[in-house]
Amino acid sequence: MKPPLFDYVTPESVEEAVAARAADEDSVFLAGGQSLIPTLNFRIANPTMLIDISRIAALKGIEISDTEITIGAMVRQRQIERDSGVERANPLLREVLHNVAHTVVRNRGTLAGSIAHADAAAESPAMLLASGGSVEVRGPGGGRRIEADDLFKFHLTTSLEPGEMITAVRIPVLAPSTGWAFKEFARRRGDYALAGICALVTLDDSGRCTSARLSACGIASTALRLVKAEQELSGGMLDEAAIVRAAKAARDAVTAADDSQASTAYRRHLVDTLTRRTLAVAKTRAEERSAR
Amino acid sequence: MSTAMFGARVQRLADARLVRGEGSFIDDIPLEGALHVAFVRSPFARARILSIDCQAAREMESVAAVYTCDDLGSLDILMPLLIPHPSLDQPRTQRPLARGDVFHVGQPVAMVVALDRYTAEDAIRLIDVDYEPLEVELDLQAAVADGAPRVHEDVANNVAAHFVQSTGDPDGAFARADHITKIKVQVDRSTAAPLECRAVAARWDRVSGELTVWDGTQAPISVRGGLASILGLDEDKVRVTAPDVGGGFGQKVLLFYPDELLVPFAAMQLGRPVKYIEDRNENFIGSSQERTQIHELELAATKDGEVLGLRDSFLHDTGAFIPYGIAIAQVASTSIAGPYRVPNIWVEFKAVYTPTVTITPYRGCGRPQACFAIERAMDKLADELGLDRFEVRRRNLIRDEDFPYRRDGLMFADGLAVEYDSGQYGRALDMMAEHIDLDGFAAEQQEARAEGRYLGLGLGFYVEGTGLGPYEGSHIRIHPITGKVYVNTGLSCQGQGHETVFAQVAADQLGVDASDVIVVEGDTAAFDWGVATFASRAAVVSGNAIHKAAAKVREQVLEAASNMLEAAKEDLVLEGGKVFVNGVPDMAATLAEIATASNPLRYAFNEAAKTSTQFAPASRHDGPALGEGEAPGLEATDYYSPPHAAWAYGVHAAIIEVDPDLCSITFKRYICVHDCGRMINPTLVEGQIMGGIAQGVGGAHYERIEFDEEGNPRNANFMDFLMPYATEVPHAEILHIETPSPLNPLGVKGVGEAGCIPVGQVVASGVADALQPLGIGPLEHVPLTPDMIFTALGGEKEE
Repeated sequence: MKPPLFDYVTPESVEEAVAARAADEDSVFLAGGQSLIPTLNFRIANPTMLIDISRIAALKGIEISDTEITIGAMVRQRQIERDSGVERANPLLREVLHNVAHTVVRNRGTLAGSIAHADAAAESPAMLLASGGSVEVRGPGGGRRIEADDLFKFHLTTSLEPGEMITAVRIPVLAPSTGWAFKEFARRRGDYALAGICALVTLDDSGRCTSARLSACGIASTALRLVKAEQELSGGMLDEAAIVRAAKAARDAVTAADDSQASTAYRRHLVDTLTRRTLAVAKTRAEERSAR
Repeated sequence: MSTAMFGARVQRLADARLVRGEGSFIDDIPLEGALHVAFVRSPFARARILSIDCQAAREMESVAAVYTCDDLGSLDILMPLLIPHPSLDQPRTQRPLARGDVFHVGQPVAMVVALDRYTAEDAIRLIDVDYEPLEVELDLQAAVADGAPRVHEDVANNVAAHFVQSTGDPDGAFARADHITKIKVQVDRSTAAPLECRAVAARWDRVSGELTVWDGTQAPISVRGGLASILGLDEDKVRVTAPDVGGGFGQKVLLFYPDELLVPFAAMQLGRPVKYIEDRNENFIGSSQERTQIHELELAATKDGEVLGLRDSFLHDTGAFIPYGIAIAQVASTSIAGPYRVPNIWVEFKAVYTPTVTITPYRGCGRPQACFAIERAMDKLADELGLDRFEVRRRNLIRDEDFPYRRDGLMFADGLAVEYDSGQYGRALDMMAEHIDLDGFAAEQQEARAEGRYLGLGLGFYVEGTGLGPYEGSHIRIHPITGKVYVNTGLSCQGQGHETVFAQVAADQLGVDASDVIVVEGDTAAFDWGVATFASRAAVVSGNAIHKAAAKVREQVLEAASNMLEAAKEDLVLEGGKVFVNGVPDMAATLAEIATASNPLRYAFNEAAKTSTQFAPASRHDGPALGEGEAPGLEATDYYSPPHAAWAYGVHAAIIEVDPDLCSITFKRYICVHDCGRMINPTLVEGQIMGGIAQGVGGAHYERIEFDEEGNPRNANFMDFLMPYATEVPHAEILHIETPSPLNPLGVKGVGEAGCIPVGQVVASGVADALQPLGIGPLEHVPLTPDMIFTALGGEKEE
C-alpha cells in the first residue's frame, strides 16, 4: 500500500494549475486528497503527476451574497461546517456535512473534491442536487458553469471535460419559507450511507407545498434527483398521504444491486423510511421558518 | 504482603511512554541500511502455477533479490504442524513460498527484497506468474459433500479432521426426554485486525554468527526454537525479541508465517538487515482469521426445563491449512455445554478445508461459537416450554457445591478432561437480574411499545477455560545499585498491561511500589524458558511463576537483612523498599544495600559497594566469601505449571432498542457480571472486558470477512470490513465476583478473551426480545446485520 512514483507540482494560480494539467494528460488534481491518496496507495490510480491546488489562494474563500453561497475549491469541509454565515444562509450544508466521514477527514477533505469525485454514495453530490446548486469549472478552453442536474453521469464520473477543474461550488441561499433536512443510514457513524435522502420543501401561507426538491445518495449509479417523489408533493398539501406517496416513489428509484450490506429490497425499505422521516423534519422546519 | 499491590487499581505503567510516542515497535527499530520486503501473492483461491518470470524484477536497480520456492534451498519445506492430534488425519501446512499450487488468495508466491517498500511494490508488479485457475467451493456445507472441488487434491470431502467426544449416556438422555429442542446456528468469519499489523526484522552478524530477529509475535521463544532448528543455528546464536507490539489477539502466534522465516533467511543471504512491515491489505489476505462454524445442536430436556442431554454436530472452517491443529474446534466442542450441568453430551465436528487464508485462534477461539450455539438453544428451549429465560438457566446452572465439576470424556485443548475449578454461577445470574432491574425493565418495555418503540433484553452466559499449560517461568533479580526489582518472563505483551500486573505481583512479595519493578519480557536474551501469550494465560501462568520466584527472593532478602541488622527474621519488616526491625524503623537496610551486601566484592566502585568489599567490617572472615551452595546477589528463578485450565465465567446483558423501520440497533445499556477469580488489577480486568466487548460487538453486528464465489476477499479493507468504531461500542457496566481458583497460589483465572464470547448471543436475543411483538423470525446467525433483521421481519411489504 505504497503509491507508485509520481511527479508533484504546486501551482500558485488556477491558470498555472490548468496549464500543468493540459501539459500532461495522465496528471490529476489533488485537493484534500481524502479519496485520491487511498486510490494511489492501493495502486488503483497511477497518475504521472499530482497537481496540488492547495496553495492557490483564490480557491480558499467563502462568499455569501443575497442569493448564493460560493465556496472555493480548496475550502475544507470542516471550515464550511463551522462557518456561521453559511449556517445562516443555508443550514442544510452543516446538516449534510455532519454526516460526511469523521472530523479528521473533513479537516482535509473539500466540498469541491467530493463533488468532483462523484461517489454515488457520497452526501455532497446529493446535497448539490437537492439545493439546485452548480459548479464553476475552468479548463484549457476557459470557464463555464455546470448545473448540478447536468453534472453527475455515473459512479465516479462527472460531465467535466478532461483537463477541467472545479474552482468553486455555488449553492443557493435557502428561501425564507423553505424547510430542509438530510437523513441517512450508515452502518457505522461516518461511513458512506446505505441510503441517504436530502429534502427541501417550500410552503406557501396556506401550507401548500409550492416546491419540493428531493435527492438521494447510495441508491443508484449516481446521486439522484427524486423527480417522481417531488411530483407527488409539489402543488399539494404536505400531509401524511402525500408523504407516503412520495416515499413510495422514492423507493422505486432504487436501482443499486444487492451488495454485502444491503439487498435491493432492504435498500428500498430504507429509502421509504428515510424519505418519510426526512420530509417530516423538512416540513416542520418549513412551518417554523414560515411562522417567523 | 504489607504493600498490597495485588488487587489495587494501579495505573498502567506502560502508558506514559506509549502516549508520548516513545514506544518502540518493529518499524521504529533503527536498522541502518535495512532492505524492505514485499510479496507477490496469489490472486486466485486455487490455481496451478505454470510459470514464474522474475527477470524484469531482478533487473531493477533497486532490487537486491527476488526469491521463489526454487531459491530457498533447504527452506523449501512444509511448515510445522504445531499441534498434532490423533483425529487430524489429513494435516496440511503451507510452504514459505508456493510450490506448484496456490491454495488461497493472498498466499505468498515470490518475495522481493529492495531498497525500500515503494520500489519493492513496484518490483512485484513486474513479476509475471502464469496461473491455471482451478475449481473452488467456498460454502462450508457444500465443501464436505461428495464430489465437491477439493482444496487439497488428496483430501476427500475436504475433511481435515473428524472428532467425536462424549460424556455420560447421551442416547439414554434423549430416549427419556420429555422435550427435544433443535437449533442450527452459524457464526461467520472475522479477523483480529490488530492496530499494528504483523512485522518482522532481522540482522545477521557474520562475524559473531548471531542472528537477531525482531518479531511482532506472541511467541518469541517458540519462534527462536523454530528458527534455530530450520536455519541450522545454535539456539544461543538466535535472539528473538518481541518489542512493543500493537495488539495480537491470537493472530500473532502462528509460527511460522512465511515472512517470519524468509526475512531472517534473506538477512543471512544478503548480509544486510531486512524488514517486512505487513500492510493492512496483506493483513486481511495473508494473516490468519477465525470464526466460521455451523452447529446443529439438540437439547434433551424434561418438561420443567432440566437439560438431560446435549448433542452437537458442527462444521469448522479451517481455511486452506491447519498448522494449529484442531485447537479451535476442540475448544468449541468442549465448551458447548457452557455453564450448565449437562451430564450427557455427544459432540462431533469436522474441520473443513476451504480455499481461504488459514484459520488459527482469534480471541475467543471457538468459545464465541459454542456460546452462541448453547445460549440460542437455551432461549429456544425456554420459549418452547413457556419458561422464563433466567429461570431455565437457573435450573441448569452448575451449583456452587458441584465444583470441581468434571466432564469426563471431553478433552480440552490442554489434552486434559474438562474440569471447572470454581464459581458462583447462580449468584452471577441473580446479580445480573437484580442490577438490570427485571421488573423495571418489563414496565419500561411495555411503555415503549405503547409509543411504538421496541426495547429488548439480551442475555448470555458463558464460561472460559483459561490459563492453559504447559508452563511459564520467571527470573527475578534485585539490582544492587538502584534496588529496583527486575522481573523477566518468557511470554510477550501486545498491550494488555503485563508490565503492570506482573509488577504488582512481584511488588507485594518484595515490599516495593509497582513502579519500582521493571518487567522485561518477550526477549530470548532476557529469559528463554516458556511458551507464549495465548489462551488467557499470562496472568495465570506467568503471574504465578513470578509470584513463586518473588517469594524465593523475599526469603533471600530477609535472610541477608537478618545478618546485616543482626535481628531475627521474624522481627523484620519488608516495606517501602527496605527492611527494618519491627518497632525500630531506624534499624533498616534498603533493598539496594541488601542486594549490594549480598554480593561479595573486590572493587569498591561506589559508596554502597564499599560495604561489601572483602575488607569491609561486615564481611565474613571465617571462610570463603560465598559458602558452599550460596549464590551472590538477590535473585531466583521459578516456574509454574497449572494442573489444568482454570474456568472463568460471566453473564452479559444488554437493553437494546431496535428501530424496525431502519432495522438498526442501539445499545441503551450493556452490563457484564464477571468472575476471573482474584483480580490482580480491577482496572486492567475491566479494560480487557471492554476490549473484548468491542470485538464481540464487531462479531455480533458488523464484522464479516466476505468472499465471492471465486474465493476473492471482497472487503479486505477498513472501509468495507466494518470493525466498530468507538461510536458503535456501548459503555459497559461491569460488576465483579471474585471466586478464587483453587488451582494456583494467586487464585487467579484468565480474562483476556472473556469479553468477546457472549456478545453475539446478547445481540441476537436482545433483538429477538425487542421485536417479538412484530413476530420476528429466528435469529440464529451472526453477525446479525440490519439486512438480516429486515429479512427476519418478513422482508419487503407492499403497502
